[in-house]
Amino acid sequence: MTKRIIPVLVVLVAVTAAALGYLYLNQNGSGPAAVPIGGPIRLTDQDGKPFDSASLDGKPYTVFFGFTHCPDACPTTLSEIARTEDEIGAPAKDLTTLFVTVDPERDTPAVLKEYISNFGGNTVALSGTPEQVAEVAKAYRVFYKKVPTSDGGYTMDHTAVLYLMNREGKFQDVIAYSEEHDRYVAKIKKLLEE
Amino acid sequence: MNMRVLRNLLILSFIGFGAVAAWAHEFKAGDLEIVHPWARATLKGSDVADGFMKIINHGSTPDRLLSVTVEFAKAGQIHDMKMEGDVMKMQELTGGLEIPAGATVELKPKSLHLMFVGVNQELVPDMMMDGELTFEKAGKVKIEFMIEPAGTGHSMDNM
Repeated sequence: MTKRIIPVLVVLVAVTAAALGYLYLNQNGSGPAAVPIGGPIRLTDQDGKPFDSASLDGKPYTVFFGFTHCPDACPTTLSEIARTEDEIGAPAKDLTTLFVTVDPERDTPAVLKEYISNFGGNTVALSGTPEQVAEVAKAYRVFYKKVPTSDGGYTMDHTAVLYLMNREGKFQDVIAYSEEHDRYVAKIKKLLEE
Repeated sequence: MNMRVLRNLLILSFIGFGAVAAWAHEFKAGDLEIVHPWARATLKGSDVADGFMKIINHGSTPDRLLSVTVEFAKAGQIHDMKMEGDVMKMQELTGGLEIPAGATVELKPKSLHLMFVGVNQELVPDMMMDGELTFEKAGKVKIEFMIEPAGTGHSMDNM
């Protein structure tokens, strides 16, 4: 009998240790950011020049993945950011918004340049090869997919979240598409203060 | 011009302004009432626009919105937009959109909407643009889309 109990005990001790270890790590982790979000962004800007997020070192930035044929989320988010920057005033000068296209086939730098001119705000619009875009999207855990439409064209499903990255280039928070304007102001103010 | 005439003119003009402000345009076809069709102004660098309206079926049988055509775009489509977590998903309703008997179906931002692709002219707020809806039972209905500012997400109904 004792011989049979020993392996059972070993398993129990191991499970308990694992559970305690998990709890301990979770307590000391920084909440929801257990999975790292973000990473270097090396793409092409709206003027056709290479862009590297390392150039923003020491300054906070926001990142949004969208496309110019986007009817709703992209214009709404870009307008909200511009409005928020206006409202915050001088401190917002530190902030850059990176609008990364998930539709690089149609969204060339020239198209993107015209598109972001609609909104104001300190925005850099980024494109690249499909592979380069995929790599950045992966780092940000962004989903996107082409959806064919009856006119022979397509629209896109995409993650419609604004990522807030702090002065160290680390993920701080998100603003979801459903959030109202005052949440933009509060969260971006906080991002600038830290 | 004496003061009395001036006063009366002012009153008349106020009534006029009031009437314009309250004017949410609408169209009727059989049992269907189509309230305030509007579309968003176009953005530079983009050739899409979305359209919205309320469709009320006062009848006792369902109808179905089959298609939409406009002069200002290559194609009009009926789309549904849903959020799945943080992912925005678009779906074209190729089989049309049912308008149940006695029901109101609202096409609005972040929800059911019309999608115009290949927009061939600039759409500026306050323009009225011709369009035509085709319903299974009510047939073809000529309407006008009022153009409202882009990037707002709000129709007059929400103001």
